[in-house]
Amino acid sequence: MSIHKKIVDDFVANDVKFITTVPCKQLAGVIDEVEAHPDIHHVPSNKEDEGMGLCAGAFMGGKRPAIIMQNTAIGVTLNTLATLTQFYRMPLPMLISYRGELREPVACQVEMAVHTKALLNQFHIPTYHFHKESDADELDAILKYTFMCNKPVAILTDASFWGGYGDQ
Amino acid sequence: MIRSEILREIAPVIRDHLVVCNIGLPSQELHMIDDQPSNFYMLGTMGLSSSIGFGLALAQDKTVISIDGDGSVLTNFGTLPTIANNVTDNYILLIIDNGSYGSTGDQPTYAGKKTSLSAVATACGCENVVECQDVDTPKVLQAAIDSKKMTIIVSKCDSGNIKLPVITMDPVVIRDRFMKAVEA
Repeated sequence: MSIHKKIVDDFVANDVKFITTVPCKQLAGVIDEVEAHPDIHHVPSNKEDEGMGLCAGAFMGGKRPAIIMQNTAIGVTLNTLATLTQFYRMPLPMLISYRGELREPVACQVEMAVHTKALLNQFHIPTYHFHKESDADELDAILKYTFMCNKPVAILTDASFWGGYGDQ
Repeated sequence: MIRSEILREIAPVIRDHLVVCNIGLPSQELHMIDDQPSNFYMLGTMGLSSSIGFGLALAQDKTVISIDGDGSVLTNFGTLPTIANNVTDNYILLIIDNGSYGSTGDQPTYAGKKTSLSAVATACGCENVVECQDVDTPKVLQAAIDSKKMTIIVSKCDSGNIKLPVITMDPVVIRDRFMKAVEA
C-alpha cells in the first residue's frame, strides 16, 4: 500500500470525512487520494485560514475535519488557531509538509522551517514529526488523540518521509 | 438604515435558522437584539464568518445564514471562489455592506468606493447574487431562504454604530449550545 493511501485510510478509519487542502508538491499524492476517496468530502481552500474556518463549520455540523497544508501556512494561520480553533476548543488534525528540512532545494523554505516548531511550541500545539515512513504508524493514534482532546494537532512530514524531492 | 437596524428587521426571518455572525459589533448587536442558541457568535478571527458558515452548510442539511460585513469579505476574498465552486443550496451569505469598518471606528472600505462586492461574487462564479437596499433586506433574505438556492446577498446600508456591551459568554458555551441547536 502506498504511504498516501495509508494516510488517507487512517483518516477515514477515524471518521474524518471533511478535508480541506492547500497544495504542496510533497502532498500531491495524498491530495490525489483525498480527492478520489468516495467517503471524503474534499473542499480545496484558497488560503489556509479560510480552510480552518471551513473545518470549524464542518466540525460544528457533525463532520470530523482535517486540513492538509504546507508549514509556511503556520505563519498565515496563527490568529485563526488561537482565536477560533483553540478559543472555541475544536479538534483539527493538520497534516503539514515540513519544507525547508534536509534535502530541501529551495533556500527560502528554510526561513519558515526554522520557525515552524518554535511557533507550534509557543502556541502549545501538540506536534509530531514524521521523518521515516514507519513514523506514520502513529497516525491512527494521533488522530484519536486529536479528537479526544479537541485541540489542533500538527503532524509535520519532511522530505525524507516523502522520499526526497525527485529530480530537482 | 444602519447595520443594527437591519439586524433588528431580519431577526424574525433568521430566528429559526442556523446563523454564523461576524466578529465585533454585528455579533454584539445580534446577541442584544435576539440571542438564540442557533446563533454562533464570532469573538475573534476577522473574515471567517462566510467560511465557518459554509463549512457548516456543507456538513449538514439545515439552512445556514452567514452574516458578514464588507470589510470582512475584503479580508477573506478567497472565500467567494470556494463558495461558488462547491454549491450547497442550504447556504446564504448575507453581506451587510455599509462601506466601512464599523467595529474599528468607521474607517472607509474599498467596497464603499469603487469595488462592487456583488460584481466580485458574480465574477467568482456565484450564481444567485442579489444586491439590495437596506430596507429590502428582510424580503430578499426570506425569498432566498424560500428559494432553496445558494444565494449571496449584498445589502447596501449606511455606516454607523450603536453603543452596546461586549459578549461575555464563554466561547465553549457558545459553541456547545450552537452544536446542540444544529443537532436538534
